[in-house]
This record gives sequence, structure tokens and C-alpha cells, in this order.
Amino acid sequence: MTSATPPGAHLPEHGDFLWRNPEPKKSYDVVIVGGGGHGLATAHYLAKNHGITNVAVLEKGWLAGGNMARNTTLIRSNYLWDESAAIYEHSLKLWEGLEDDLGYPILFSQRGVLNLAHTEQDVRDSVRRVEANKLNGVDAEWLTPDEVAKICPIVNVSGDIRYPVQGATYQPRAGIAKHDWVAWGFARKADEAGIDLIQDCEVTGFVTDGDTVTGVCTTRGDIACGTVALCAAGHTSVLLDMLGVPAPLSSHPLQALVSELLEPVHPTIVMSNQVHVYVSQAHKGELVMGAGVDSYNGYGQRGAFHIIERQMAAAVELFPVFARAHLLRTWAGIVDTTPDASPIVGHTPYRNVYVNSGWGTGGFKATPGIGWCLADTVAHGRPHEYVAPFALDRFVTGALVDEHGAAAVAH
Amino acid sequence: MQLIECPWCGPREETEFHYGGQAHIAYPETPSELTDTEWAQYIFFRANPKGLFAERWSHSGGCRRWFNAVRDTRTYTFLATYRSGEPQPEVQS
Repeated sequence: MTSATPPGAHLPEHGDFLWRNPEPKKSYDVVIVGGGGHGLATAHYLAKNHGITNVAVLEKGWLAGGNMARNTTLIRSNYLWDESAAIYEHSLKLWEGLEDDLGYPILFSQRGVLNLAHTEQDVRDSVRRVEANKLNGVDAEWLTPDEVAKICPIVNVSGDIRYPVQGATYQPRAGIAKHDWVAWGFARKADEAGIDLIQDCEVTGFVTDGDTVTGVCTTRGDIACGTVALCAAGHTSVLLDMLGVPAPLSSHPLQALVSELLEPVHPTIVMSNQVHVYVSQAHKGELVMGAGVDSYNGYGQRGAFHIIERQMAAAVELFPVFARAHLLRTWAGIVDTTPDASPIVGHTPYRNVYVNSGWGTGGFKATPGIGWCLADTVAHGRPHEYVAPFALDRFVTGALVDEHGAAAVAH
Repeated sequence: MQLIECPWCGPREETEFHYGGQAHIAYPETPSELTDTEWAQYIFFRANPKGLFAERWSHSGGCRRWFNAVRDTRTYTFLATYRSGEPQPEVQS
């Protein structure tokens, strides 16, 4: 060694941190449980739209390290029912202006989504959904197999596969975004507004007084609160169990995977309910794929390998060009599914506790939309009109919002 | 892939089985007297514990019979399997 320069000394200094790492205060007007996309977006819109900044976001791990770091980043609003179209389209419109709002790059790329139809029933359901979308002001078209091939030339539209492509719905405004950057953008803005983002802070219980929650017990001490918003996705049942509130949620592993980096080959997003896979290509070049949830309840953030095998088989069936691609990495998140494949948002039996849950496999696309609506709900103490149809009591009244079709592959 | 112990057939691969959700949910004894809230509880509301869970499985690719299992939802480990109608065994995670 001829130099006393330590290894790494030539590397640049660490960049500015995007948010502080504050100690929790004794009390907040609003405590958001869960520092993922939904929690951070809710914090941002509480500050931006309502001027409410005495807010803490409590995260048991690190910010946006759960499903926000594990999803396949698909953004679309082509859902069947009016209630779903309203909130998902609201969300999509926010996505379209989000980079300006956050002052942070999110690589939102509106490359369109094809939802393939492979059977006569698929075709009928898809055409119906296109017409429903149009009536709700959601961009949607029905495409023939030849038109599918023009938009995405690598899809096998020939007749010699097990389930030939009979056509597809197409939403041109659908897209993908860089999920981590979305979370960081929301976190940075919320932090700038004075909101405390508190990591490594797991909620272990609640202090209640009648039908009011007066405080949240955490691994970093007790915190008094005015209002509580639960944004814990797959762990919502764990929190509701602490409050003794039953909800029809099931937590399941949902797996995804990426290939190694490839040249751009896939210009859009393709989803297939029947053959059971969805695929896009990330900006960097990985093919990003997902499929359905593992069937059993699970909190393990991992799933069974035969599920991966099945979705790879589906991908190669639809995209013969993928046969030589290599699987690089697989992982899983924990998604909270509901009986009607729609979220559960709104009041709980506790007057100052709001729940935001049940987004199942579709939570990422809803991030700005639900953040906006949940902030409004918390600020005004009543459900925003776009979340009102998704109240917990719909399982008693029977007013379900059945989105098993449009929720697509994953349920 | 893990092996699941079918109470009739013995250990078989996971792909031979289908999941049936929470076990020991009895049909209401007096269905005509149930309120809407009670019906909702029976039809839609299920436990979703992080930990031990008694649940139904079907050996659909084998003997095609239903049975029950106690499984840890954190680790996915099967701690016991037992025939329908038998009481839930005491197990530790």
C-alpha cells in the first residue's frame, strides 16, 4: 500500500436525505398506522388539501418496505362498476399530474394495458366492461386479435395455443410508475409539510375510552391521538383484532418476479385472466410478472414455487419470445383480500378510527386516489363520496361491489 | 413445495390439495331466526390470524376428501392434520 487513502474515500458524499427521522412526540392530531404508499399519500393530502400537519405516520419497518416495494406497479382504471370506476379513475387523473404535484420524478409511463380475452365468456364480459368504462368516462376499446398484435407484436395471437387470444380490452391511459420513487416523493412532501414519518415503530395496542381511541401503544412508547387512520394492508386484521373489530379480510401471499435486464421488447402491459399472468417491462429492462395469490392465508411474505412455475408457463405460452429469458428474482407481499374483491374503507365501530384496507392485489394504482379520499374523510369526519360505497357495512346490507372480473388475474 | 399429510392417504405434494378456508364453521342451527348481521358473520366474516389457524383442505388430486389442518400462517408449517368431525388438536407453534 503506497497511499494512506482509505478505500472508498473517493466516493461522493451521501446525498441529502429526503425526510427527517424524528423521535415520536407525545401526541398528534392524526396518527396514520402504516408507512406504505397509502399512508404516505394520505399524509401528503392531509397537509396539502386540508392544512393538517400535526400528523404522525407510524411504520413498523422502513418506509414503503412492504407491498409498496413489492408490487408490479400497474396503474389502470378499467373497472366494471360505477363505484370502482369513480375511485380508480380519480386516482388515475391524480397519477397524471403527480410528478408536478410532488416535484419529484416518478417515471409514470402511460403505455396502455391489454386485458386479453380467451373464451366466449371472456369476450362477452370484456365487451360489457368496455361499454361500462365508456359510460363512466374511462378510456376503453375492444380490440380484435390483429389489433392486439399491432399494439404488442410479441403476443402469440395464432390459433395454435391452448387458449387462443380472442381479443382484448385496451386502456391507452394505463401505465406503470417507479414505485419506490412514488413513495419517496410522497414521503418527502409530507416531511416538508412538518409531518413526522416514524420508522421502526410497531403498533402493539390501542388505548380506548368507550367508542374512542385515545392513544396508540407502540414499540417506541405510547402516543396520544385525535384520529387514527389504519393503512396497514395485509396486517389490517392484526390491528383490528387488537380493537376487537371483525372484518371480512383474508391475508394472502402475492408473488411477483422479474427476469434479467433485456432490450425493450414489450411496449405495453398485458394481463390475462384465463392464462393467468400479467407482464410489463420495467424502464430498466426487466420483465415484471405476477399472477394470482397463493390460495392459503399467509403472513410470510413468500409463497410456493409451483405458483411461480405456473405463471412462467402461462407467460411462455402467451409470449414465445420469453422462452429464453431467465428468472432473476421472485418475492412476495401480503395482500388483504375481501369477498367481493373491493376495498373496505371508512368508519369502524370506534368513532375516531378509520380503516383503509382490502385493496387486495390492486392497492398500488389506488395510491394517490385513496390518499386524497382518506385525507378528506379524516379531515371532515365522514366518508368521502368515492369511498362511501366501500364501507364495512356493505357485507350486512348486501350492497357488494363485485369486481372479481376487473380485479383480473390476481384474485 | 411442501408435503401435506392427508389423514387418509399420508404425505402428498402440496399441488394435490385445494384450500378451503377457516374450519369449524357450523351452519346456523336456526337460520330463519338470524338477523342480517348474523348472516353476514356466517357468510363473509372469517378469522385472519397471524399465527395458528384451523382450516379446511381438500385432497382434490387424491382421495378427494376434505379434512382439517392446523397451520401457522407466519411460517406456513402444517402442525397437525385431522379428519373432519374430529376436534381440533392442541398444538404449539
